[in-house]
Amino acid sequence: MTLLSVENLTVRFETPDGTVNAVNDLNFTLDRGQSLAIVGESGSGKSQTVFSIMGLLAANGRATGRAVLDGQDILNLPPRALNKIRPEKMAMVFQDPMTSLNPYMRLSDQLCEVLIHHRGMSKRDALAAAVRMLDAVRIPEAKTRVHMYPHELSGGMRQRVVIAMALLCEPDLLIADEPTTALDVTVQEQIMDLLASLQRDLDMAMILITHDLGVVASSCRDMLVMYGGQVMEYGKTIDLFEAPSHPYTRGLLSAIPRLDQQSDSLVAIPGNPPNMMAPPSGCPFHPRCSFADAGCSTHNPSLAPYQDRQRACLKSAEELS
Amino acid sequence: MTDPILSARDVRVTFDIRPRSAMPWTPSQKLKAVSGVSFDLMAGQTLGIVGESGCGKSTLARALIRLVPAESGQVVWMGQNLLDLSTSDMRRVRSDIQMIFQDPLASLNPRMTIGQIVEEPLITHHPEMSKPDRVARVRETLDRVGILPNMINRYPHEFSGGQCQRIGIARALILKPKLIICDEPVSALDVSIQAQVVNLLKELQAEMGLSLIFIAHDLSIVKHISDHVMVLYLGNMVELSSSADLYATPRHPYTQTLISSVPVADPRYVKPEVDKIVNNDLPSPINPPSGCVFRTRCAHATDLCSQTKPPVDDLGQGHLVACHHWKTVPSLGS
Amino acid sequence: MQNAILTQTETAVRGRSQWADARARFLKNKAAMVSLYLLAALILFAIFGGQLSRFTIDEIDWQMLGMIAELGGPSVENGHYFGVDELGRDLYARTLLGLQISLMVGIIGAVVAAIFGTLYGAVSGYIGGQTDSIMMRTVDILTSVPFFFIIIMLLVVFGQSILMIFIGIGLTNWLGMARVVRGQTLSLKNKEFVEAARALGVPTLTIIRRHIVPNLIGVVVVYTSLLVPQMILLESTISFLGLGVQEPQTSLGLLISEGTSTMQYGTFWQLGYPLAFFMLVLFCFYYIGDGLRDALDPKDR
Repeated sequence: MTLLSVENLTVRFETPDGTVNAVNDLNFTLDRGQSLAIVGESGSGKSQTVFSIMGLLAANGRATGRAVLDGQDILNLPPRALNKIRPEKMAMVFQDPMTSLNPYMRLSDQLCEVLIHHRGMSKRDALAAAVRMLDAVRIPEAKTRVHMYPHELSGGMRQRVVIAMALLCEPDLLIADEPTTALDVTVQEQIMDLLASLQRDLDMAMILITHDLGVVASSCRDMLVMYGGQVMEYGKTIDLFEAPSHPYTRGLLSAIPRLDQQSDSLVAIPGNPPNMMAPPSGCPFHPRCSFADAGCSTHNPSLAPYQDRQRACLKSAEELS
Repeated sequence: MTDPILSARDVRVTFDIRPRSAMPWTPSQKLKAVSGVSFDLMAGQTLGIVGESGCGKSTLARALIRLVPAESGQVVWMGQNLLDLSTSDMRRVRSDIQMIFQDPLASLNPRMTIGQIVEEPLITHHPEMSKPDRVARVRETLDRVGILPNMINRYPHEFSGGQCQRIGIARALILKPKLIICDEPVSALDVSIQAQVVNLLKELQAEMGLSLIFIAHDLSIVKHISDHVMVLYLGNMVELSSSADLYATPRHPYTQTLISSVPVADPRYVKPEVDKIVNNDLPSPINPPSGCVFRTRCAHATDLCSQTKPPVDDLGQGHLVACHHWKTVPSLGS
Repeated sequence: MQNAILTQTETAVRGRSQWADARARFLKNKAAMVSLYLLAALILFAIFGGQLSRFTIDEIDWQMLGMIAELGGPSVENGHYFGVDELGRDLYARTLLGLQISLMVGIIGAVVAAIFGTLYGAVSGYIGGQTDSIMMRTVDILTSVPFFFIIIMLLVVFGQSILMIFIGIGLTNWLGMARVVRGQTLSLKNKEFVEAARALGVPTLTIIRRHIVPNLIGVVVVYTSLLVPQMILLESTISFLGLGVQEPQTSLGLLISEGTSTMQYGTFWQLGYPLAFFMLVLFCFYYIGDGLRDALDPKDR
């Protein structure tokens, strides 16, 4: 059953130096309890995609299209209506845990606030629920830690608290925007394991925004590869990893250094990420693509089904092999 | 065997920490950022330094070239101890040892053109050179790192992160140094750009016979570029070995955890079971654990670990481990 | 290879410096540009407006005396474009003088405070350590002295003169500037590009000159432009209390003070004209200051 379906989502920013097309005509669906990774490099539009869904675009941003969550189009809803939906149906975890925690409030107050406000719980019940949630995200001694201030916790602990806060109202959809980028590798592993097990236990859908393909491989069933504000390839993670059919997905997979394989030199994608103020004509990836020809610089490919996935490339998958 | 180009012996760095609320007469606390690290670096080779944030890897690198003062120890560079040199002698050495920084844009002065930025080392160390000669060198160097020389009058903010890092590399290269210290040079870059920069560094190294010290928290990048890898934890060296050895047979429990935590980009990959870190809080470097600093998070810790600091054992072929129990710790993946 | 590089000299692309970017952003800021033109007009008016005046500042129009409220209103025919004050002196000439003095006090005072504050703050911040502590505690202590009374005392003891006002106002306002500059220097000092210069072995003074100061200019310019109206306000307050500029010299603040006290006789122009100029000047400086801040530091918008 479909939980979220995004149709023709386009995000534009009006800046003093001109219009920036951050996201162009994006489509995807997410079923209940399922996980999707949106992968891309800086400037790919992956964060702006979820910001527009969450209603968190900057003031100069405009989103068009539809984002239907549980039967209701939530794109561009007024803040009041969004606030009703947000903690109950969808919640978000940010890259830097300190941005979502108020440094001057005890964790107990921050966690209880949500419950008292949205669930009409009494202070005592809310506190009990908050402690239960901190236990669920495996914070040791939750009963005492709940009375601490955010700065008294380590970075990994803080991210756990932020996850607990997002999950308090048991949302149907959790959006995690680079949840482990600011953390050390040992902590990253723990947080990703935690997210995976919570997702299973609470039967919650998850969108994971990341640039780290290693994290995607072990945590998400579906994956959507973005470049220059557009979808390059969209399908099952395992299919995309084993047989990437788009030059960009391929380049990305071969550019990551692997611990489990021995190779002398990394295969880099030549060139630089696109300047979104002046995006390239045609396919956004063509200036860096080794398969590109004249047609690629004039025609922008649209997403088309191919075998078990969707891809946006003017070259057929057979031509690329 | 030739002599090492750089050898560090028992380098210690301590910071005085004064809480903001402290009275003038309260004694300051000591933060041991680096506590007794030794290594040798051979000419033309790369030493990778890895560890989590707060392990002292950046501080160690800065102490080697006296950007932060070392408390004690020796840093012998081609026969002379850098820590004993006068400021003017040290200035001369600085043209041989260059540094590349983590944040590509922040390491370039926003008010200077990239030409001026790359030229600055020449002005500092070769004031006798004529302006046209200098400009020619700048263009040549920029061209070598893949920046079009006609961009010379542009400003850093007009370049992408990867290009800025290339400019930073050009600035480090222009004096034809013998050693470049790279402090997390690719952590702020996108994956596809990371590979470009790492490949560039490897090419330059082969071409110019450079030695590199490569600091990173990303173990897989370090594996690709390093001949030897040193693992730091809380200011202490826990393991040092050739790159191939370290990744194939890590002996220290911390190295094992670190390696097994790296996510593998393969959906079918099944992680080997390791004895995981017990408690995920890094102890405070102001008040480090007694004995072995890793014991508070180690699955194999015993009473011995809390009493005495483990000696650095040589397992042969330069594989050094600082652990009381390395003989009994199960190896990774078995 | 090398020759190929050398021959490309003439094709070198000119870059857009941050200054050029800032200028472009400032030029796009309508409020700031209008204010800039208006301020330029005001300054030109202050300098050349005297050519139009038919009276000097202390010339008394005896015909008006005693019937100021009836006859003294603004009029083009009798040459009193802004009317006359309660002593029959031409308000146009006096407003012009007030404008000159207020602008002078504001601009000179702000520049003096900026230069002194910048030097003090940059030295304190870059040297750091004990020196920094001592220098900044001195600023703290000076800040806690009620400067307004010091100025008044200075004026009472050494007599009222424009010089004394410059000194007094300059003294009070460099402190804030020193703090701002020191904070900025501290953060610049830890920037990687300064560290890079240190790693290269660039001498300390060269680092300050080449890497620290150029990056301070933005902050200093913005702060100075916002300091000007503060200076003008401070001078007005002093003048309003009757301690500022001495008769027959005048400033906008003094004129406003006189205007309020004669308002009851129905001579509203006496308050209206100086007040209008005063507000115009303040508006201009504030908008220009805001414009500069937005242009030089676009992240703070």
